[in-house]
Amino acid sequence: MTTMSIKRGPEFSRILGLGVARGETAVPNEDIIEPIDSSDEWIRKMTGIATRVRANSDTSVIDLSERAAREAIANAGISADEIDTVILSTITYPHMTPGGAPVLADRLGIQAAAFDISAACAGYCYGIGQADALVRAGTARNVLVVGAEKMSDFIDPADRTISYLLGDAAGAVVVGASDTPGIGPTVWGSDGSGAQLIRQTASWLEVRDNPDVPFPTLFQEGPSVFKWASFKMAPIAREAIAAAGLTPDDISVFIPHQANVRIIDQLVKQIGLPDHVAVGKDIVDSGNTSAASIPLATERLIRDGDAKSGDLALQIGFGAGLVYAAQVIVIP
Amino acid sequence: MALNENEVLEGLAEIVAEETGLDAADVQNDKSFTDDLDIDSLSMMTIVTLAEEKFDVRIPDEDVKNLVTVGDAVQYITKAQA
Repeated sequence: MTTMSIKRGPEFSRILGLGVARGETAVPNEDIIEPIDSSDEWIRKMTGIATRVRANSDTSVIDLSERAAREAIANAGISADEIDTVILSTITYPHMTPGGAPVLADRLGIQAAAFDISAACAGYCYGIGQADALVRAGTARNVLVVGAEKMSDFIDPADRTISYLLGDAAGAVVVGASDTPGIGPTVWGSDGSGAQLIRQTASWLEVRDNPDVPFPTLFQEGPSVFKWASFKMAPIAREAIAAAGLTPDDISVFIPHQANVRIIDQLVKQIGLPDHVAVGKDIVDSGNTSAASIPLATERLIRDGDAKSGDLALQIGFGAGLVYAAQVIVIP
Repeated sequence: MALNENEVLEGLAEIVAEETGLDAADVQNDKSFTDDLDIDSLSMMTIVTLAEEKFDVRIPDEDVKNLVTVGDAVQYITKAQA
């Protein structure tokens, strides 16, 4: 009997390069407090946010993605035609079909395998997990992973639950082969029993069938999400550290999804990260940019000198689904 | 063994003191979490979670809004332990 001859991929993968694109305008709390009857002081106390980046009305999710992707490809030291897979994580691309990834690939002038993933604020870490697996399986050589959101297209200025947190941005990385371990095992999962905790206010069918239903926006049960993210995600993060054969003392950088500074602080405490760990808090200036938030925070830590190439970083994404994913990575 | 209300109050006061920096002695049954102790919705969730762990009880999120005073929480936890 004839059998197939199949090549295997490299033993390890790593992040080769990183790029980001933030919305053009940093919107301060003062500009958004009136419709939610709030104050700068309250928003800072409850979330840590001072400004959130918002994109111009004529800037699309794909525009942000392209900017971040070109920077990531350049920083990886490769050319776009060496990318053979494009994974776009987004919940705000305004078409059910086609996906945004093929459109992004076309913008980059390539015809790589291209698909979107819908894992909300965990989407970037889901993408990294997939890219790592694709490279090590030999299915892909260089994977472009993009987390991109234009959240401002799906907010209600009068919503007090989530809209005021949200920003627009894209973060991108290229994942390729490595001689040494650069991406640890992904620890991931879901809890669909919490599907209603962060949601779109109405389905497209409700909008179609009932003229009184307004355009859908995002909504969350804030305190319940806080409890889940702060306390249920800590064991997941510890599991990701252990899966990489490490202990919390080995971690130099912690880059959680930028949902809320209060969640970040509580996670640091619950995971038991030592004081030497640099903690990503780009949320203060960029807001919560969903799938883009982890690469944005990574870029900020590198720019500020708090993370350097070769550092071991724990990253964890969590959000609507509920879904979550964590892994240890080596800073590119 | 289930704790009595005084013991639950003592344990809960320790959690509140740790989360808020208040003196545990100020955490009394008649105090309102929001109006008297200035505890916001996120700190309340932290207190509830730590209380669940400490007293080995489950406090569903939808029940938290009914815990207006420290005494409400003490009664809830004492009953849930039984």
